[in-house]
Amino acid sequence: MAKQHANWSPYDNNGGSCVAIAGADYCVIAADTRLSTGYNILTRDYSKICKLADKCVMASSGFQADVKALQKHLGARHLIYQHQHNKQMSCPAMAQLLSNTLYYKRFFPYYSFNVLGGLDNEGKGCVFTYDAVGSYEKVGYSSQGSGSTLIMPFLDNQLKSPSPLLLPAQDAVTPLAEDEAVDLVKTVFASASERDIYTGDKLEIVVINAAGLRREYIDLRKD
Amino acid sequence: MASKQPDALLGPESDSQRTQYPYVTGTSVVAIKYKDGILMASDMGGDMIYCLIAHGLPVKVTMPELCSYGSTLRYKSVERIKPIGKHSLLGASGEISDFQEILRYLDELILYDNMWDDGNSLGPKEVHNYLTRIMYNRRNKFNPLWNSLVLGGVKNGQKYLGTVSMIGVNFEDDHVASGFGNHLARPILRQEWHENLSFEDGVRLLEKCMLILLYRDRSAVNKFQIAKITEEGVTIHQPYSLKTNWEFSAFQNPSQGAVGSW
Amino acid sequence: MFRNQYDTDVTTWSPAGRLFQVEYAMEAVKQGSAAIGLRSKTHVVLGCVNKANSELSSHQKKIFKVDDHIGVAIAGLTADGRVLSRYMRNECINYSFTYEAQLPVGRLVVQLADKAQVCTQRSWKRPYGVGLLVGGLDESGAHLYYNCPSGNYFEYQAFAIGSRSQAAKTYLERRFENFADSSRDDLVKDALMAIRETLQGETLTSSICTVAVLGVGEPFHILDQATVKQIIDSFEIAGEQEDPAGEPDAAAGQEAAADEQGGAADQGGSTDQGVAPMDI
Repeated sequence: MAKQHANWSPYDNNGGSCVAIAGADYCVIAADTRLSTGYNILTRDYSKICKLADKCVMASSGFQADVKALQKHLGARHLIYQHQHNKQMSCPAMAQLLSNTLYYKRFFPYYSFNVLGGLDNEGKGCVFTYDAVGSYEKVGYSSQGSGSTLIMPFLDNQLKSPSPLLLPAQDAVTPLAEDEAVDLVKTVFASASERDIYTGDKLEIVVINAAGLRREYIDLRKD
Repeated sequence: MASKQPDALLGPESDSQRTQYPYVTGTSVVAIKYKDGILMASDMGGDMIYCLIAHGLPVKVTMPELCSYGSTLRYKSVERIKPIGKHSLLGASGEISDFQEILRYLDELILYDNMWDDGNSLGPKEVHNYLTRIMYNRRNKFNPLWNSLVLGGVKNGQKYLGTVSMIGVNFEDDHVASGFGNHLARPILRQEWHENLSFEDGVRLLEKCMLILLYRDRSAVNKFQIAKITEEGVTIHQPYSLKTNWEFSAFQNPSQGAVGSW
Repeated sequence: MFRNQYDTDVTTWSPAGRLFQVEYAMEAVKQGSAAIGLRSKTHVVLGCVNKANSELSSHQKKIFKVDDHIGVAIAGLTADGRVLSRYMRNECINYSFTYEAQLPVGRLVVQLADKAQVCTQRSWKRPYGVGLLVGGLDESGAHLYYNCPSGNYFEYQAFAIGSRSQAAKTYLERRFENFADSSRDDLVKDALMAIRETLQGETLTSSICTVAVLGVGEPFHILDQATVKQIIDSFEIAGEQEDPAGEPDAAAGQEAAADEQGGAADQGGSTDQGVAPMDI
């Protein structure tokens, strides 16, 4: 065997945090725009959020090259879907496709940590959260990436998702209003960027509701 | 040894042998957008690095600055900036032979593109994406092209500047640098770069970065190339040197103030 | 329909230097219901006549989206047309995967033509029995191409293929000089008028035609029936007064067409007369 390089890894962690929150009639998806490697910042303005369908966006952190490949793959699959079915893929359908796509590379995984957010067929907000090899769950809110250990407990504390063990099953969507959710997202990122060196520079927020898709940005710490 | 077994994951290519012996690398490339296009600079040194022989197998060592197995400055006029088609400029750090292979791929790409003879041509964005696919593809085969690439260009009034790493990490920015430049040049660029740099100011800014790199990066040599690409086309300037000053008093008598046993 | 001993397989030449099998494939294009296309500097409009095989069935889809910047209208074997549009869609997806840019229309057309050409030179293959009007927009502007089963392709300002397309061509020939600077809406109107020419007296309704548009800032899309109906109504009402003047002209064109096409070719036109349009 030839290719034996001392100290070579096909992976890198380019950092970044992603958050998604689902409400009764909206979904907020957010991620910072810092791209780093080790202690280096590669660029301060790299979008981690990818619009996959009209009512479905994905925020991803991890290894940028894998994330890009994943986004392009899903984009192409969605084009094929549109040609065949003459409609946009629904968010739950895209969630399953993403899971399958990740699991397809189970033994050479895409090193990407994703949250998928959007509206389901009833127009209700939905969030799907993943691990790198495709196991996924529908939740009311989630966080992934380098700052997730700081963000997730904060969200748990503020949003208190109903236990999945409750019977009858309770809806996971958060009780917040849209603007409250957006404010919460801004707060968690401002907090995460205090301690997580891989989170910062700028926050990109995507809000999906019946009116369509809206983007907004706020600045984060640059250090 | 595990490395003797064929690995099914790696495909048939993995059985072939690739250059494993002393190999030649180039150090940083720095590039910026300026008023009329892109400016790119690199030095012309080529380090020859001796590889570590581990378990009787030649093993490629990663970065010159990280290895202690020996490295000689061997080549002094390595051209690491090349034009690609009409609208793009490519700079590379890392393994020179891999860079030259990439140039062959791109030559073919541009040739086939021209052969359509239909007035369409690949712009910098297209070339950058193509390169990204090549780099990522090779890393997927565990056989990376050992380079950091910087691609700049102008087409239809649009400036473009991007970079790709050995494992396919890619992005666009107003200024980029590879290798040591990431540590030493980009902080300067972040502080001093602005959208409306004139050609002269751009060159001065790049020279400032290259001088810092020359002082701090032991692989750098005092022979530079600066290239420019605008809507009008590519100009690669003749190699030249920067004025350096090594006359710091600490250099004159290094042991003074550090009196020791010798 | 056998012309002579040289038409049993695609690769056999006739002494006159013709490939009859290829010509028969082109005949299939003439038999199919009409498709038309026209373009300005910024927009391309494709249109087709929807013809159902029986009153009990619906019609087949004859206009396909290939990508946001490319669409096709077909005449001939719809099944072949579908296969080719799938190929084109694939090419576009692959190109944008590699380059994150849109495939130039002219290149796709050449690839398509080369694919058709291969079928004219292999004994075990059959030429595609479909003509494609490929409309697209790229860096060099709006384009309209016609791809033929023979592997030939041509660029047009406006063109029509399929049964009774000569009437549409005559209409387009009379007006094409204005198309380059036409507005999008005028282009759509002209497309509908051209389609009407091929109907030969049958009234133009939104259910017997499909119209698709693409252009600068307007990704390829097929106009919905309500929109088409609205446009038809607008010029039908406006045209009530003017039309008599235009009619004889068109009729004259029709006759000329019949003359030009001559015996064998004209059969295509006559076979589908009396086929009832499908009202959905």
